[in-house]
Amino acid sequence: MRTLIFRVTAPYLTALMLLFSLFVLLRGHNEPGGGFIGGLIASSAIAVYGMACGVDAVRRALHFHPIAYAAFGLIAAVLAGFLPLFGRAQFMTGLWVFVDIAGSELALSTTLLFDVGVFLVIVGAISAIALSLEERYSD
Amino acid sequence: MNSLSSGLLYLVLALPFIGALVAPLSLIALGRFGSLVLACFPVGALAILFQQSAQVQSRVPILFGFDWIPSFGVRFAFRLDGLSFGFAFLILSIGALVVLYSGGYMPKGSKRGRFFAYILMFMGAMLGLVLSDDLITFFVFWELTSITSFLLIGFNFEKEAARRGAMQALVITGGGGLALLAGLLLIREATGLTSLTALLEQPEAVKALSIYGPALVLILIGAFTKSAQMPFHVWLPNAMEAPTPVSSYLHSATMVKAGIYLLMRLFPVMGGTLAWELILPLFGGVTLVIAAILAMRQSDIKLMLAYTTVASLGLLVMLIGIGTELAIEAAVLYLFAHSLAKACLFMVAGSIDHSAGTRDIRALGGLARKMPLTFAAAVLGAAAMGGLPPLFGFLAKEEVYAATATLDLKGVLTTIAAVSGNALMFAVALVVAIKPFAGTMPSGLRKAHESTPLIWIGPIVLGVVGLLAAIFSQTTHQFISNPMSPPGLDGAVAVDIALGFHFGPALILSIVTVAAGVVLFLRASQMRSLIADALGRIGWGPDKGFDQLMRALVVGAFHLTVKLQPGRLDIYMKVTIAVIVATLWITMIWAGSLPTRPAMPDLYFYEWGVIGLVVLGAVVVVLANNRLTAIVSLGIQGLAVALLFMLLGAPDLSFTQFMVEILSVAILALVMTRLRLMPADRRPWRNIVPEAALAIAGGLGFALFLLHITQRPFDTVIGDFYTRYSYVIAHGRNIVNVILVDFRGVDTMGEIAVVLTTGAAILALVRIRAVKTSDTRFSRKRRRRAGELQP
Repeated sequence: MRTLIFRVTAPYLTALMLLFSLFVLLRGHNEPGGGFIGGLIASSAIAVYGMACGVDAVRRALHFHPIAYAAFGLIAAVLAGFLPLFGRAQFMTGLWVFVDIAGSELALSTTLLFDVGVFLVIVGAISAIALSLEERYSD
Repeated sequence: MNSLSSGLLYLVLALPFIGALVAPLSLIALGRFGSLVLACFPVGALAILFQQSAQVQSRVPILFGFDWIPSFGVRFAFRLDGLSFGFAFLILSIGALVVLYSGGYMPKGSKRGRFFAYILMFMGAMLGLVLSDDLITFFVFWELTSITSFLLIGFNFEKEAARRGAMQALVITGGGGLALLAGLLLIREATGLTSLTALLEQPEAVKALSIYGPALVLILIGAFTKSAQMPFHVWLPNAMEAPTPVSSYLHSATMVKAGIYLLMRLFPVMGGTLAWELILPLFGGVTLVIAAILAMRQSDIKLMLAYTTVASLGLLVMLIGIGTELAIEAAVLYLFAHSLAKACLFMVAGSIDHSAGTRDIRALGGLARKMPLTFAAAVLGAAAMGGLPPLFGFLAKEEVYAATATLDLKGVLTTIAAVSGNALMFAVALVVAIKPFAGTMPSGLRKAHESTPLIWIGPIVLGVVGLLAAIFSQTTHQFISNPMSPPGLDGAVAVDIALGFHFGPALILSIVTVAAGVVLFLRASQMRSLIADALGRIGWGPDKGFDQLMRALVVGAFHLTVKLQPGRLDIYMKVTIAVIVATLWITMIWAGSLPTRPAMPDLYFYEWGVIGLVVLGAVVVVLANNRLTAIVSLGIQGLAVALLFMLLGAPDLSFTQFMVEILSVAILALVMTRLRLMPADRRPWRNIVPEAALAIAGGLGFALFLLHITQRPFDTVIGDFYTRYSYVIAHGRNIVNVILVDFRGVDTMGEIAVVLTTGAAILALVRIRAVKTSDTRFSRKRRRRAGELQP
């Protein structure tokens, strides 16, 4: 699988895919997309990078173990569920803040934090599986 | 009742637990005299209780509590009346003495603090049990006593026998507890009454129920296991592995009385029926006689006392079963007398063990001069147990005989059981009280001596109380016996028996008992070998039965697990799919919900093209002779389905499906290359055909099921809700995403937790294989590659 063309283009492809996954994640609340799909795209990106440049390179690039990303994501999602409790609302109530930055409105919410959590869990879990399988493939 | 006294009553419940909390600290600070401080907790609780005694004597129950789970009508509710007052008195007073006794008995060491914490926790649990009014609260405390008892029996967990005894007690009393819970829930469901007070106010309600029989059996299993009736009694003798203070407290005076308490408590509600009057005397009588015979066979003092405890519990069950006014009075008196006497004798046994280093009756003798106070306590205890005047045991036994001695068949049988059981128990009591102290002292016992006051004060006090309670019998009856007697079938029971000879059948039976007891005592060693011979010939007992049962459980579970978990993925999949097929087809055919033949849809040519792609992919998957081809064509089939979603206007679904297909092809390809599967499918036809049939049945079943769903009228309530409120409430126009992260966010939270767990599990599985398959050559190679990649 390590043809020269694939190896040269893979990093650019990966970068584009990661960027796209973030775009999909952020626009998800109003247009097709969301944390789940974004997470799948990002894990594909990581899998592609792993196939092209080897698992060690991916692991160095990720710095943390992928399952740690997943765990962090779950914590973020649960936190998003608990935050409303401090605002005297029920568990999992979506809280919204609309910030005005340079004329355009920026919507921040606990549901966004939740969606980011979903994104991280999917990325972490799937790339952990994919990388561990690839690692043995490259032995 | 004002709020102050109610608060004080909560304090009664809390004091033992507070004591348990401070126990380790107070022992560290004060050494063995820490037990003096700890004894203040039960004494304090007792003092608060006695403030309420005037109201208790007037037979007006004091109720207190608060809502616990209001949606289920469960309350944390308590009831202080005569019965619970009597039991609480025994628990707290004997408890205080046992705490003092333990202070002298337990050796120094890190485990001592834990011991006191356990025993005070048990005290709190037992107190909660007898004070509970709500059925669920009652059950919680009931189980707490089982758990604390487990901890105490297994206290010397270095010994295998202690671990076995603890486990046995937990299995038997815990199992009985489950039956009890089922029984209580049956009553709760059938009557809608959740508290004992409500049940006691409608005593006929339960007896008239159709579920009375099952409920009675379940509750009796609970009571019989806790109160060690045959054949559940085995745990009690084995519980003698616990330190002696535990035996003297839990396994003679309190915990084993929990079952008796339950029977007495429910007697007005469930008693007096034919089943009650048959089952209870039968089990009680058999337990009484057999356990008394087994007690004669033992040579360890503690075991002798343990078996007589079982026998006494049998007598109590028998009396409650007889259920006449006299019998209930007798049960109350006997319960009180037995608790005092047995706790006293167990403490004596502990003192002997503590100073002489053995509990074997054959190795003991001549200790009277060395341990005069212990000897005095032993004589008082034994006389009370044998029912000699002028001790409280005498009153109890007179009343027992007065209750049993009727002229019908049942009266004759119960009288025989009572007389023979009592005679045997008296003989055992004499052996315990006289044999170690009289005669010549074996040379091994020279070092024996009276122990610290902490050790002898408990048995002496208990013995003397047994004496005073009889002499001032009217006071005893006023405070304890009368309020404690549950209202009989025809109203209140009045206990008025006093010292003095009551000429009549009871006196004659008493004389017979004492005479027989003395004769048996004189022939004790012959009796012992005689019974041992007989038991040896039988060779099987419930104790062995318990071991066989446990072994059968383990072996059975092993075989079942091997059957259910063969460790082969294809079998798991076949079973799973077969279950799905059965569920789908059976419900569809049974409910007649097979879909009708659909009309030919009117589609555009490109839609036909996509459908053709789906079919093509599916066909190639089946026909492919190479796994990689199969995986790729599965991907093609999935992508075509994603296209369909896109065409039908579900971009989110389609998007997700695309990504899932791509990733699953990639991962499947990786897995396949790693698992060293054969590249092609080489199963023989006789395997392929049934598996293909199963697969087709599954696919067809799902297709028909989905078709049927689409043919039903479509309810749009939920869809409309989401459409209308997605932007208004959740500020999002993408309904799918709003559902995922907001409306049904808790579902998603659960799902991502599953994803994370699955990921971690797969990681672990992959690593296990990696360790097995890798060898040094591979890892060297990997290291070199890592080196190459360094920039």
